[in-house]
Amino acid sequence: MTAITGSAWAPGLGSRIRWGVSDTLALTRRSLLVWLRVPAYLVFTVIQPVIFVLLFRFVFGGAIPVDVPGGYVNFLMPGIIAQSAAFATFGTAIVLAQELQKGVIDRLKSMPIARSAVLTGRLVADTGRMLITILILVGVGYAVGFRFLNGFGPAVAMVVLATVFGVAIACISAFTGLAIGDEESVQAFGLIWLFPLTFVSSAFVPIATMPGWLQAFANHNPVTLVVNAMRAMALGGPLEPTLWPNLWRSMLWLAGIFIVFVPLAVRAYRRAS
Amino acid sequence: MTQFNGAGEQPAILVEGLTKSFGQVHALRGIDLSVPRGTVLGVLGPNGAGKTTAVRILTTLLVPDGGRAVVEGHDVVREAPAVRRSIGLAGQSAAIVEELTGRENLEIIGRLYHLSRAETRSRAAELLEQFGLADAANRTAKTYSGGMQRRLDLAASLVGRPRVLFLDEPTTGLDPRGRLGMWDIIRSLVAGGTTLLLTTQYLDEADELANEIVVIDHGLVIAAGTSEELKNRVGGDVIEFTVPEHGRIAEAAAAIKPIGEGEPHADPETGVVSVGVGARGSDALIEAVRALDAAGVASHGLALRRPSLDDVFLALTGHAAEDEQPNERRRRPRGRGRAEDPRRGDPESRSSRDDTAKAAS
Repeated sequence: MTAITGSAWAPGLGSRIRWGVSDTLALTRRSLLVWLRVPAYLVFTVIQPVIFVLLFRFVFGGAIPVDVPGGYVNFLMPGIIAQSAAFATFGTAIVLAQELQKGVIDRLKSMPIARSAVLTGRLVADTGRMLITILILVGVGYAVGFRFLNGFGPAVAMVVLATVFGVAIACISAFTGLAIGDEESVQAFGLIWLFPLTFVSSAFVPIATMPGWLQAFANHNPVTLVVNAMRAMALGGPLEPTLWPNLWRSMLWLAGIFIVFVPLAVRAYRRAS
Repeated sequence: MTQFNGAGEQPAILVEGLTKSFGQVHALRGIDLSVPRGTVLGVLGPNGAGKTTAVRILTTLLVPDGGRAVVEGHDVVREAPAVRRSIGLAGQSAAIVEELTGRENLEIIGRLYHLSRAETRSRAAELLEQFGLADAANRTAKTYSGGMQRRLDLAASLVGRPRVLFLDEPTTGLDPRGRLGMWDIIRSLVAGGTTLLLTTQYLDEADELANEIVVIDHGLVIAAGTSEELKNRVGGDVIEFTVPEHGRIAEAAAAIKPIGEGEPHADPETGVVSVGVGARGSDALIEAVRALDAAGVASHGLALRRPSLDDVFLALTGHAAEDEQPNERRRRPRGRGRAEDPRRGDPESRSSRDDTAKAAS
């Protein structure tokens, strides 16, 4: 089947890009306005990870021996930041399913706007929300004893890596939301896979404490690679040698996720009805 | 832009042999339509008839399997971007962002049409005024009534000043007051020269708003014409009455069968029995009274009336317009689970029966 995008009206590439950007920004602004109007949506994104930080720092943490400079809180924060970036994409999937259900996406698709704008507008807004969550978590982490030990540059790199990881997961979530297309189903089980993916990794506990068969999974889990790289960036020192092996594998995984799920999400958007 | 010379000669919407299947389900099995500029076509049919599928193809949301559709001179598949420039769409639910105000909803749409800031502001204000939402402009749409939300949705579809407007069941789910308000707005749009394709399950709505009506059932156009022409196809007047003891409607139907031209229709849920009686009018009425009396079946509200589009639908399809049909949306492989209006047998769509001529007593 041929794609719907016809060519009869094909304006120049320059103006198409300009429109694409302006449409994306208009739709991004729409999401930001919603959050201004209902800050609860933002607050809920942040509250759950903050509770996790407190739980793991003060309840479970004492029982989890780790071998990183600064102890468990330093081990924990990169993991929880990566997990929170991934969990923030629940919103991506839910809002897309909601808009599909309400006919908002039909309306937008029947209008002469850039075909990519609905997805890019969503991703730009959700990336902003994700970044705010991450920065708040860094602040909360500092309040409970977490410290970057490797300088400012690597700290920024850690935040960037967490964000790129979150955007990759957001592409999967966008695909899931559009493919399922029903808000309640998405809420109930659409992103349930994120739980084993983030918990069966090095995010919260050293993998060596898991049974062998689980270690096999955890060692190859992209979340483990990303979290290990983030941890090395944040803490440096004895972790320095683990940075590159984890980082380049993470990059491969992230590239793979983008290559597979960007086209899938676009296809789901085109077909969504 | 490829415009046709001599606007008015070329129809605003032209559909030829359009087909679309979803797996095993043939939603459209070859429909033809032609809508002259500035007129209203009412597309009438029960749930699952294929109305929404047709609208989705015409608004470039779906690619047809076969046939072609042209809107304002542009093919909906090959020239979809050009089609999107000339159309507006308001679907079965309010496609608005409830967290935002009415004004913000319209202004976002204006920006997406690349109107300047000033144009966007004035267009939004103009539409809010026109749709009676000016007082609620700065309230979030969540606080609006159902009717207000649908009006806002319709306003959103008009921001880009479309020449052709598609309204998919614009009053489904609205209360009677909301429906009447919507009808007024639709009439004023049409008076302004907009071409309109309107789908509805409500026969009185098509009767009220459309210049031409096509009746769709199971993906085929089964009749087309003006409301008057369609009514004439029923062949004259109709006798109708209610049997209070619903258990006895079969007896009542049997008793009046000899009087009617064709099968009587009996609704076991409401106890309403009707039969076409051609041009025999009041003679048939007297015969009906006698026949029911002889059969010993009590009835009330026995009356002779002009046929409604309900009768047309019954005569054409053998089932009432509100009969339960497989849900069009659920039949779609990627159904989005949007709740279809469950009000089958809605008393409102029967209200056309109230304008009955003479009551027998």
